[in-house]
Amino acid sequence: MQEIVMPINNQSMALLCLFVPLLPLAGFIINGLGNRSIAKGLVSLIGSGTVLASFLITVYLFIDFQANGSRAYTVDFYDWISVGSLQIGFSFLIDQLTLLMMLMVTGIGFLIHLYSAGYMSHDENFGKFFAFINLFMFSMLLLVMGSNYVMMFVGWEGVGLCSYLLIGFWNKNTSYNNAAKKAFVMNRIGDLGFLLGIFLIFITFGSVSYPQVFAEAANYTGGIDSTVMIAITLLLFVGAMGKSAQIPLFTWLPDAMAGPTPVSALIHAATMVTAGIYMVLRSNVLYVLAPTTLEVIAIVGVATAVLAATIGLAQNDIKKVLAYSTVSQLGYMFLALGVMAFSSSIFHVLTHAFFKALLFLGAGSVIHAMSNEQDIRSMGGLRKYLPITFLTFLIGTLAISGIPPFAGFFSKDELLAHVWEHSKVLWALGMLASFMTSFYMFRLVFLTFFGTFRGTEAQKSHLHESPISMTLPLIVLAILSTVGGFLGIPAVFGEGNHILQNYLAPIYGYAQVANAPAVAPLHLDHATEWMLMGLSVAVAAIAAIIAYVMYVSKKTVPVPEGERLSPIHNLIYHKYYIDELYDTVIVRPLMWLSTTFHRVLDVLVVDGIVNGFGKLTTYSSRTLRYAQSGAIGFYLMVMVFSIVLILFLNFFIG
Amino acid sequence: MNNIPEVIRTIPLDYYLFFSAALFVIGVIGVLTRRNAIVIFMCIELMLNAVNLLLTALSAYRADASAQVFVFFIMAVAAAEVCVGLAIIVMTYRNIRSTDVQLLNYLKW
Repeated sequence: MQEIVMPINNQSMALLCLFVPLLPLAGFIINGLGNRSIAKGLVSLIGSGTVLASFLITVYLFIDFQANGSRAYTVDFYDWISVGSLQIGFSFLIDQLTLLMMLMVTGIGFLIHLYSAGYMSHDENFGKFFAFINLFMFSMLLLVMGSNYVMMFVGWEGVGLCSYLLIGFWNKNTSYNNAAKKAFVMNRIGDLGFLLGIFLIFITFGSVSYPQVFAEAANYTGGIDSTVMIAITLLLFVGAMGKSAQIPLFTWLPDAMAGPTPVSALIHAATMVTAGIYMVLRSNVLYVLAPTTLEVIAIVGVATAVLAATIGLAQNDIKKVLAYSTVSQLGYMFLALGVMAFSSSIFHVLTHAFFKALLFLGAGSVIHAMSNEQDIRSMGGLRKYLPITFLTFLIGTLAISGIPPFAGFFSKDELLAHVWEHSKVLWALGMLASFMTSFYMFRLVFLTFFGTFRGTEAQKSHLHESPISMTLPLIVLAILSTVGGFLGIPAVFGEGNHILQNYLAPIYGYAQVANAPAVAPLHLDHATEWMLMGLSVAVAAIAAIIAYVMYVSKKTVPVPEGERLSPIHNLIYHKYYIDELYDTVIVRPLMWLSTTFHRVLDVLVVDGIVNGFGKLTTYSSRTLRYAQSGAIGFYLMVMVFSIVLILFLNFFIG
Repeated sequence: MNNIPEVIRTIPLDYYLFFSAALFVIGVIGVLTRRNAIVIFMCIELMLNAVNLLLTALSAYRADASAQVFVFFIMAVAAAEVCVGLAIIVMTYRNIRSTDVQLLNYLKW
């Protein structure tokens, strides 16, 4: 039985909780106001220092939480919105999931801040960058810490805003600005769904605060798969689709690579894009009440995973490959959610945050060394020049491909085992995506770090390993990518050793009450588990070998721009023409509709009425002014005749 | 000597009414047709006096003195009006060398 979440009455703990998001906000204000007047060293000290402090406080909170018997608590600060029966408090909910996300966000956030200090050091808007990224930390922490859906929504919008600001950080480039706008607009579509979901939650449960909603949902009498539940969960999932780049709202994420690389690592790989998964996981009790929605999520997830992976096969921009890989991995996470492998999903979120942040930062290091060159056709042989980057990047690749004992293996294997249990077709598709993931990642590594250098002489002479502030985060993340998987050791290697699953078990308490069979733990016999594990490793290894043969032994290099490709290759290279499709099906008709409305409704009707009144007044005045001739005799005559007329009328009628 | 109301009553009331009306209409027609400002002014005086006459006659016939109070008021106002009006006409003449009201049509669109 789920115990009731109590507000904490320890003032100093409450204050500590408050400091976690407030410190980055302070950093934002200081760096934002003093954009160019603060020295760069101080800017990075404030920017990174505040996040480090948040991380340390989070660690303390985590230890304290564990020491006090892992009891979830809320921290209430004040009544924020109080209208009739709608009571929304400004309060935090501290439980296992929140702490995990907080540790991930602040920990990886700090490493990326540290990295940014080196990566962005030549940028004139250094202060602005740190201000925005600190604001992002604040919003993200608000998102994960809030104790009700409205606070989550505030954080949700905040991270969307920061994403917009940072994608368009180099705002002198129009295409970057367009990418930022695209991300913002696509997110808005999702946000609308999320917002409607919140409204529906309030209507159904009379509250938006997690403890109340979940307690109500646990005793929900409408039964499994009621229309309301499906509507709520689907609407929330639409929000998650936008934020976490799922079909059909995924095209913004690859374009978001226009932003500086640390931003891609922090926002568009490790933290913000996993907000959708966090939200579904947070609402797990609602989702177990709507298995139909979960089925939809699983299908959307696996479709995204496969589609994005195929696109990733043919991309030549180092960051675009990673972006499609992120979309694909997010698809995996949703697939896991869809098959109710909630813990596996968050496990993959965690390991993915490690290795994808690592890969992006590694890519950033390569781009930094290559003087802002991002095309892998111009790279090659960088192994010799960037040894640390190469080694860490390789670890990241091994992790994402699912080669044991790196982190990705454990999370992906566990995830796929759950999918196997649920549906063999989904599993097969998942394996296909896994194969492609391994292939394109090794393709990336081989083209970038092996072979001979294909860039210009100027680039070659400039090649250098990145400074310590950039390599240190790489090393730390590489270590995490290596050992991170041991948080979730499969049952084969000892029952009950899955630290993460045991740790997270309490957050499914309400789901247990609502729909117990749905959240029953996975029970595969060991033979099956061994087989699945062996298969996934084999698939990854085969893909890696194929990539090796193609790009190292045969020294194939992707053809330059403009040359003819085979039809399928062409289709994939152009991302299935999805952007063009959206442009034709949605953007253009919408533009046409807007223009038509502008011409007809706005110009003709609205402006017509307003301007019509003006014109009528002018016209009648112009006509009437002829009466004012200035001839006094005429005036008098009119006056006399009028008086006579009135008298007559009075005489005959009155 | 008989008192004034009795003298007035020696003539029937209708005569006064018709006479006043005739005077008033002459005044109105004068104002409407003449162009000389001074003549127009005199016509206005004519209309005022037509009213004065009517008031006096009715006062006598009805033995009510309050109408005569009006007459005094009208005379006082008419005197003041002549003062101002003639001054305006003099100024107009000095400016345009004429007292023709048709020329004074500057106040128009």
